Amino acid sequence: MREAEIRRLGAANLLGVVSIALTAVVPGFFWDGFTVLGTHLAWLCVCSVWVGTLNVILHLVFKPNLSPKRSSFAHKISRFLKCCIYFFMSCILFHAIIVLYGAPLIESVTETFLFAVLLSTFTTLQCLCMLGPNIQAWIRVFSKNGAMSVWESSLQITTMCSILGAWFGAFPIPLDWDRPWQVWPISCSLGATFGYTAGLVIAPLWIHWNRKQLTYKSR
Amino acid sequence: RSLVDHLGNDTLLLVAGDHGMTETGDHGGEGEKEVNAALFVYSKTPLFGPGLPEEPEAVPQVNLVPTVALLLGVPIPYSNIGEVMAELFSGDGDTVSAALQQLLVYHINAKQVDRFLHSYSLVAQDLPAEQLQRLQELFSSAVEEHAQLLAQVQRATLVPPELESRLGSLIGRFQLYLREARAVCTQSWARFHPLRMVGGCTLIAASCLLCYVASELAAAPDSFYRSCLLYPLLWGLVVAVLLGLAHAFTQEGLDLLLVSSWAAAASQLGFFWHWWGWHPKRARLAGSQPPLASIGLRQRLRMWLGLAFPMGILLFRCGAMFSDSFVVGEARGGKLHWDGRLTVAEGPKQQILGFSSYRREIWYLLCLVVMLLVCVRLSGFFHQCREEIPQCRPSLFLSPLASLRNTRAKNLFYLLCVALLAGLVYAVRSWLRRYGNLNSSDPLVLFVRWGFPLVVLCIACYWAVASSADDSLGKLQELVQVAVVAFPWAVYGLASVGLLLLLCNPMTVLAKDTRESAGSIVTPYLGVPSSEVDFLHVIPQIYKRMQESQKSRLERGSCRATVAAYGLGSVYSAALVIALTLLGFLLMLLHSERLTLAFLLLFLEAFVLLHIHTHARGLAGDAEPFSVPWYAVISWLLAASQFFYSTGHQPVFPAIHWNAAFVGFHLDHSTNLLPAVLVGANTFASHILFAVGCPLLLLWPFVCEMPSSQRRKPKKEPREELQEAEEHMMEMRLRESPEKFSTALLQLGLKYLFVLGTQLLSCVCAAMILRRHLMVWKVFAPKFLFEALGFVVSSTCLLLGFSLVMRVDCAVSTWFSQLQLR
Repeated sequence: MREAEIRRLGAANLLGVVSIALTAVVPGFFWDGFTVLGTHLAWLCVCSVWVGTLNVILHLVFKPNLSPKRSSFAHKISRFLKCCIYFFMSCILFHAIIVLYGAPLIESVTETFLFAVLLSTFTTLQCLCMLGPNIQAWIRVFSKNGAMSVWESSLQITTMCSILGAWFGAFPIPLDWDRPWQVWPISCSLGATFGYTAGLVIAPLWIHWNRKQLTYKSR
Repeated sequence: RSLVDHLGNDTLLLVAGDHGMTETGDHGGEGEKEVNAALFVYSKTPLFGPGLPEEPEAVPQVNLVPTVALLLGVPIPYSNIGEVMAELFSGDGDTVSAALQQLLVYHINAKQVDRFLHSYSLVAQDLPAEQLQRLQELFSSAVEEHAQLLAQVQRATLVPPELESRLGSLIGRFQLYLREARAVCTQSWARFHPLRMVGGCTLIAASCLLCYVASELAAAPDSFYRSCLLYPLLWGLVVAVLLGLAHAFTQEGLDLLLVSSWAAAASQLGFFWHWWGWHPKRARLAGSQPPLASIGLRQRLRMWLGLAFPMGILLFRCGAMFSDSFVVGEARGGKLHWDGRLTVAEGPKQQILGFSSYRREIWYLLCLVVMLLVCVRLSGFFHQCREEIPQCRPSLFLSPLASLRNTRAKNLFYLLCVALLAGLVYAVRSWLRRYGNLNSSDPLVLFVRWGFPLVVLCIACYWAVASSADDSLGKLQELVQVAVVAFPWAVYGLASVGLLLLLCNPMTVLAKDTRESAGSIVTPYLGVPSSEVDFLHVIPQIYKRMQESQKSRLERGSCRATVAAYGLGSVYSAALVIALTLLGFLLMLLHSERLTLAFLLLFLEAFVLLHIHTHARGLAGDAEPFSVPWYAVISWLLAASQFFYSTGHQPVFPAIHWNAAFVGFHLDHSTNLLPAVLVGANTFASHILFAVGCPLLLLWPFVCEMPSSQRRKPKKEPREELQEAEEHMMEMRLRESPEKFSTALLQLGLKYLFVLGTQLLSCVCAAMILRRHLMVWKVFAPKFLFEALGFVVSSTCLLLGFSLVMRVDCAVSTWFSQLQLR
C-alpha cells in the first residue's frame, strides 16, 4: 500500500514538473513574442494559474486527504470561500515579507505582488488543497515528525524547497553582469520555480529512500 | 556621428576605455585583451602625417594625463609620471616647427617628472639611489643640449637637415628619460611580496583555527589552559627576544613586523604542539568513560548539521568578499543574507518542538523575528552611497541639521532626535529599575539617575547650538563659539566620570542587612513595581514576608539571618548596559544629529536579537547553559557589520565622516592622535558597541530566566513564591560555578574572534588573489583596510567588555567576602 502510494505521488509530481516545463513553451505558440524572460509578468500569471489549477485537479483526482465525511453543499461553499480568503491573505503576507527582505517598497509593486502570488501558489495553495483552511493542521505538518502521510511529507519538502529557491534566487541580483534575468523579480521567481520543481523531484525519491525510517502515526 | 558633426575645428575628441574585455566578456584580469583598451583620437584639423602605421604602438594610460593637461594649457599634475603623446602637438606648420613644438612639450614634461622624482626621493627611500642618479644625469644632459640647441636655433646657424636630425635625437633622449623614469617607478611601486602575503594569510588562518579549536574544548581542565595558552605565549616571547638579539648582534635594521609575525608563528606552533600532545590523552580519557564515547553517529551527524548552517552562512559571506559587485553592494546584499540566515536558523528550532505546549512561545518568537526584519529594513534608510552605484542617492539623514534650509523641518527633526535620546535614557532606566538595579545609593546609581539626563541635556544643547544658522544669532557669536566647544567637552567629561565610577564600583546592588551577623544570602528578589509609591509599599511587605519565612526556619534550629540584595541577579548585565549607554551617547555625539535614529534602531535590534537568542534557547531546552551557540555569535557579528553601513559608512575613503574630528574642537589639533581616535570611533561605532556588548550573549538568558517563569506561573502562594525566588538565581548561577563561568567567557570571546578572523581572512585573501584586478584599489584594498581596522577595534573593545565583566566579578566577590566577615 505504501509503495503504491509513493508511486502515485511520484506520478503526480512528475506531472507537475512536466506542466511547469510546458508553461514556458506552450504559450509561445499562441502568443507571438512570449518568452519567460521577455514577458516575465505574463509568464508569472500563466505559471501561477496553471500550477494552481493543476494542483486543484490533482487533489480532486487523487484525494490524498482522506476525509470521506460527507458534508453539505453550504459547508463546501463556505470552505471554498475560506480557502480563497486564506490564499489572498497569504499573498499579502508574502508581499509584506518580500518587502521586508529588501524588495522595493513603491516601485514595481506589480512584480512583487505577482511574485508573492507565485510563491503562495507553490506553498499555500498546496497546503489549502491538502489540509484545508485549518491552521492547526498546518502547524502540525510543519512541526517535526508531524507529517502523517506520504503526501504531507511531500508537501513539507516542496514548500521548503520553493522558499529556499526563492531566497537563493536573490543572490545574483547585486552582481554586475548586466544579464536580463538579473532584473527584479526574475531571478527570484525562477529560483522559486526551480526550487519547487526540485522539491517535486526530490520528495518521492527521499520518501522512497527513507521509507524504513518514516513511520506515520495514524490519526 | 552626430557629435563629430558638431565639433569645431579646434576641438580634439578623445575616446578612451579604461579596460578591455576578453571574448567571453570578462574583464579585470591580467590578460592581454583585458589590459589593452582602445583609444580613439579625432580632430577636424589634420593631426598626423600621411604615413599612418598599420598597427600603432600601445600608449600607456598614464600618458593621457600630461597630454590632456598640456593641450588644455594647464600645468601637468605634480605626481604625473606619464609621457606626452607627441603626435598631438605637431601643429600645422612644417616639420621643423613641429619638432620644436614637440621638443618644448617634452621639456616641460621632463622638468615636471624630474621635480616630482626629486621631491619624492626626499620623502621616501624606496627608489634605488643609483638609478635616480643615472636618471638625473640623463635629464641634466638632455636639458643642457636643449638649451644649446635653442640658442643655435635662435641664431639660425643650423641648416634644416642637420637641425632636424639633432631635434630628433634630442626628442629621443627626452623620451628615453621619461620612459626610464616610469620604469623605475613601476618597478618599485607595483611590486608585491607574495611570500609575505602568503605568510600573513597563513598566520591569520592559523589564528582562526586556534580560536576554533580552543573554543571547542569545552570544560577542559585548568592545567590544559595553562599548558596550551600560557606556555605558547612564553614561546612567542622567547622567539621575539631571540630574534631581537640576533638583529642586535648582526647590526641589521630591526624589522618589527617580521619579528612580531615570527613570534606569533612560534606561539601558535606552541599551542598546536601542546594541543596535539594533549589530544590523545583526552581521547583515552573519553574512551574510558563509556557515556562520552558512545555518542551515536546519528546524534553527531545532527550536531554537525546544526553547526553547518551558521557556518555555511559565514562561508557565504566570506565568499562574497571575492566579488567586487558584492563588496560594492554589500550594504544591500549583506542585509539579504542576514535576514535569511536568522529566520531560517530559527526555523529548525521551531521544528524540533512539538507545537502544542510551546505555542505561545512560538508566536512570541515569530513576533520578535518580524520586529527584527522591520529593524533591518528600516536601517536601510541610513545608507551612504559609493560612487560605483551612480543611481544611488545618499540618505537624507546623513547631512547635519545645519544644512537644512527649512526651519520647521529642522525644528521637527531636532525635537525628534532629542525625544529619542530621552526615550533611550528612559528605556535604560526603566530596564534597570525593573531588575532592581536602581535602588541603592551608590555613586554609580546616582550617576545613572541624574547624570544620564544631564548628558542628554548637554547633547541637546550642543545640537541646538551647532545646528542653528550662523548669522541669525548676531552678537551672540562669541558665546556660540564657546558653547560649541564647551558642550561636547561636558559630555566627554560626564561620560568619562561615569565610566570611572563604573570601574571603581560596578555594583548596583541594594543590600539590606537584617541581623548584625549575616550568614547566608537569599533571594535576589526582583521587584516589579509600577511606581515609586507602590515600590515603597511593596518592599516592606516582601521584606516582612521574608523575615517571617526565615523566622520559621530559624525556629527550626539554624541561627541564620538574611541579607536581602536587590538587583544582584542582574549585576553583570546592569554594568554592561550602563557602559553601553555611555558609549552610545559618546558615539551619537560624534555622528550627525539625525543618525540618532539609526542608533536607536541599533539598540533595539540588539535587544531583539538577545531576546530571540534567549527564547530560542529556552525552547530548545537547556542543553548547555554556559555555552553560546554559534548562530547567536554570528548573527551578533552580522548585526555589527550591518550597522556599520546603517550608521552612514562605507568601506571607502571618501565616505569617512571627517567632521567627527572637530566635535568639541574648534579648527585646531595639535596632534594627529586625538582626531584619529574621534574619526575612528565614529567610523567603527557599531563595531565598538557590539563588541563591548558581546558578553550579554552569555548573560542575557540568565537575566531573562525570572520573568519568563513568573509569567508562566502567575499565581503563587507567598511561600512558594519565596522558594521560587530561591530557585531563580539568574546571574548568580554563574557565581555558583566560577570555573564554568570563566570558561564560558573565554569560549564566547574565542568564538567571536574566530568569526571576526574568518571575515578578515577572506578579505585578505580577496585582496591578495585579486591584486591585479581592475578594482583592487577602488574596492578590495579599502575593504581590506577597513576590515582590518575594524578587527583591531572590535577585538580591543571585546577585551574591554570582558574585562568589565571580570571587574564586576571581582567586585561581587569582595562584596560577598565583606558580607561573610560581618
